[in-house]
Amino acid sequence: MENILKIERIEKYYGNKTSLTKAIDNISFEVKKVNLFAIMGTSGSGKTTLLNCISTIDKVTSGYIFVDGENITKLRGNELNKFRREKLGFIFQDFNLLDTLTAYENIALALTIQNIVPKEIDKKIIKIAKELKIEEILQKYPYQISGGQKQRVASARAIITDPKLVLADEPTGALDSNSSKKLLEQFEYLNNKLNATILMVTHDAFTASYAK
Amino acid sequence: MLFKLAFQNIKKEIKNYAIYFFTLVIGVTIFYMFSSLDSQQAMIKVSQAQQDLIRTLMLMLEVISAIVAIILGFLIVYANKFLISRRKKEFGIYMTLGMGKWNVSKIILLETIFVGIISLIAGLGLGIILSQFMSVLVAKLFVADMKEYQFIFSMSACIKTCLYFAVMYLVVILFNAITVSRYKLIDLLTAERKNEKIKIRNSFISIIVFIIGAIILGYAYWFVTGREINALNVGKELLKPILMGGIGTVLVVWSLSSFMTKIIKTNKNIYLKGTNLFVLRQLNNKINTNVISVSIICIMLFITITMLSSSIAMRNTTQRELNEVTPVDIMLYKDVVGLNEQEKNLEIKDNLLKSNFNMNLLKDIIEIPIYSTYDVALADFLGNDLERIKTEFPKLLFNKNEEIIKLSDYNKIAKLYGIQQYELNDDEYIMTCDFVNMIGVRNKALSDGIAPIKINGKEYKTKYDECQYGFVAMSTGYSNDGLIIVPDDTVLTADLKIRSLFVANYNYNSEEQKNEIEKIFTNKESEFMKNLSNKNTGIVLATKLELIEASIGVSTVVVFIAIYLGSIFLIASVAILALKQLTESSDNRERYSILRKIGCDEKMINETLFKQVAIFFLLPLVFAIIHSIFGIKFAIAIMSGMVSSEALLPSILATAILIGMIYVAYFIATYKGSKNVIKEKNINRTL
Repeated sequence: MENILKIERIEKYYGNKTSLTKAIDNISFEVKKVNLFAIMGTSGSGKTTLLNCISTIDKVTSGYIFVDGENITKLRGNELNKFRREKLGFIFQDFNLLDTLTAYENIALALTIQNIVPKEIDKKIIKIAKELKIEEILQKYPYQISGGQKQRVASARAIITDPKLVLADEPTGALDSNSSKKLLEQFEYLNNKLNATILMVTHDAFTASYAK
Repeated sequence: MLFKLAFQNIKKEIKNYAIYFFTLVIGVTIFYMFSSLDSQQAMIKVSQAQQDLIRTLMLMLEVISAIVAIILGFLIVYANKFLISRRKKEFGIYMTLGMGKWNVSKIILLETIFVGIISLIAGLGLGIILSQFMSVLVAKLFVADMKEYQFIFSMSACIKTCLYFAVMYLVVILFNAITVSRYKLIDLLTAERKNEKIKIRNSFISIIVFIIGAIILGYAYWFVTGREINALNVGKELLKPILMGGIGTVLVVWSLSSFMTKIIKTNKNIYLKGTNLFVLRQLNNKINTNVISVSIICIMLFITITMLSSSIAMRNTTQRELNEVTPVDIMLYKDVVGLNEQEKNLEIKDNLLKSNFNMNLLKDIIEIPIYSTYDVALADFLGNDLERIKTEFPKLLFNKNEEIIKLSDYNKIAKLYGIQQYELNDDEYIMTCDFVNMIGVRNKALSDGIAPIKINGKEYKTKYDECQYGFVAMSTGYSNDGLIIVPDDTVLTADLKIRSLFVANYNYNSEEQKNEIEKIFTNKESEFMKNLSNKNTGIVLATKLELIEASIGVSTVVVFIAIYLGSIFLIASVAILALKQLTESSDNRERYSILRKIGCDEKMINETLFKQVAIFFLLPLVFAIIHSIFGIKFAIAIMSGMVSSEALLPSILATAILIGMIYVAYFIATYKGSKNVIKEKNINRTL
């Protein structure tokens, strides 16, 4: 199967000339399409840095990252935003839902900022809500729903734009074990049924065990 | 150490403080400028009457300044309250490190004193500079000439400003101390997330409340403009529309955003476009959590707009009219009704001579008689229209006899005044009237083109089918409520004469001479004046200068107070709006960083922020403008005759420019400030 993500000998240094920290030391790997891929490691091992580099939030010091065949280390300015908006989906540890918006609106926002026709938006949200079993809570606000539900809303937001790659940074970090299990089953479902490629970063072996 | 902390805090919070600081400085500046009015006299040539006026104004300004101080005091306390509450976490950290509440209080105290002293110095400095220019404004308002420039500094105003602001800061310090003493450490540390609760309103209830609010407002609007306003008893009823306006405003603001959200949601093309739904929810949240302050801002802006527009209009009207209605230097009239036979037959000229007046001091002398007859009362003139007008204007004096003047007498005066002279056939008359409200009443009667009146058995019909412009008596405005011109051969016997009118110009070669003559007539205590103008002679007089000063005096005082209060209201309102927006930055920072994470580029982010700030600023203004449309109409109605509609447009424009400038300045500052707050130099810090 073809590669969706290809990392080539990337390095990342933090700091200045007097104190230099090497966060990523020359790593290379590939993620195939429709994969559920996990990167595991202890705190401070550079997982998040790697994720930030892939998500173009941070820049690598050397090496190349290809997403869907495109060298993203060469992207600049608005190309970066466009890339992030269209090719990537994000799931964060602390959900990052907007507290003033309903679940429906939180999911919709990912589409509206891409100027997708309103009719489509409605259809897509209803479809994904069914898949993720969050139809009941679409009109609720984040403070009215549980952590697991929040993360499912966040997942819906991440994949509704049909991204090439979904990046999940400690997705189960703020969830109890039961909710974690449910969420990871959702990930499997997304991966199997909706053909989403998911790259997880976690320090938790249980979560990592869902990778295939 | 505490000093250093306080100082660094100000440096760190400078962006939040900037607008607050700026507002304080302007507050101090305005306060000083208006308090220094007494010293402005040094630069202006003022007459005795104007000096009295300025003294009265100063006394009124004492009261107004107290009101201004209270408003500014509220603003400062309020601003401080949320500047502090935004820093709960910081104080929490100090306290976990072992700093006592008293020391935390001391940090805030130092900060307040620091900001207070600097703003006071800056404000006074600016005030002293600007008060040099204010003399120009004062001179213009008082229609006085400027003397040579001299530096103006009012020690009393300076002390007063310092004193008032010191008291305000003391109150603030007290408030802050109380706030801090109530803090619990646990709340401080968890404060960040709890700062603003999300308030969601039930949309059904919102719609009901909105409709109720709109109905109340509609009724208040109708109450002040939809009915015939009777200026005489409006005072008693005034409380009703004010209360209703206030309640209506609060209700509508309370429900507005939920109501709007509901409506916009039905239009998916707007709702699901770009970041619109985010903007909508942001505003929704902001307005819902600030109902009372947004309502108060609406009302303050409304008062500012209405007060400024109508008072400036009143002034412009007065000034324009004054030149027209005071065409000669002096006017004397003598009401002959009730005088003894001998006095009755004396002309005013005779009275003057009797009082040993040197007639060479006057020129262009004209003296004419004015008549009235029981045959022609207002009721007779109105004829068939009487019943209808009686129900519409029950307060008119229908039994009052109309005033009548002969054509040649009128034309003599008209020629001197430089106004239109008329011609008449021997069975015609002309109704002259320039008092707005009466023109309306009379024109209805004249509209049939006949409107017959009978004098000594002979019938006359109107020459024109509406009132003509004209007057014989000088006054402070268009106040001729009806004067009938009849042909010279009309039989008007001497016993029908009710008044003599005597007009003249001063005969002088120099300003000094002119002032001398003026003094003769204005010194009410002199023997001459006591002899001339008393109960027995029935003579009353008015000079052009007196009329102008009296009239300008009133409107000037009103404009002065309107500008003073208006500018304070305005800066207080926009400062609160700006601070609300800026201090909620930590919530915004988080929300906007989420927008970035899901892929919004900077252009989108800026547009979103711009929309959010702009709508938040505009909403109360739009509201206030709608209120003002009715408010100004009402103000004109109760000041009937004092405001002409032509004078209104420029004054509304002037008000709009003033408000617009301040508004835009604060808006730009707020937008820039908010942009800075949500800017992320390094995005991964938050990830």
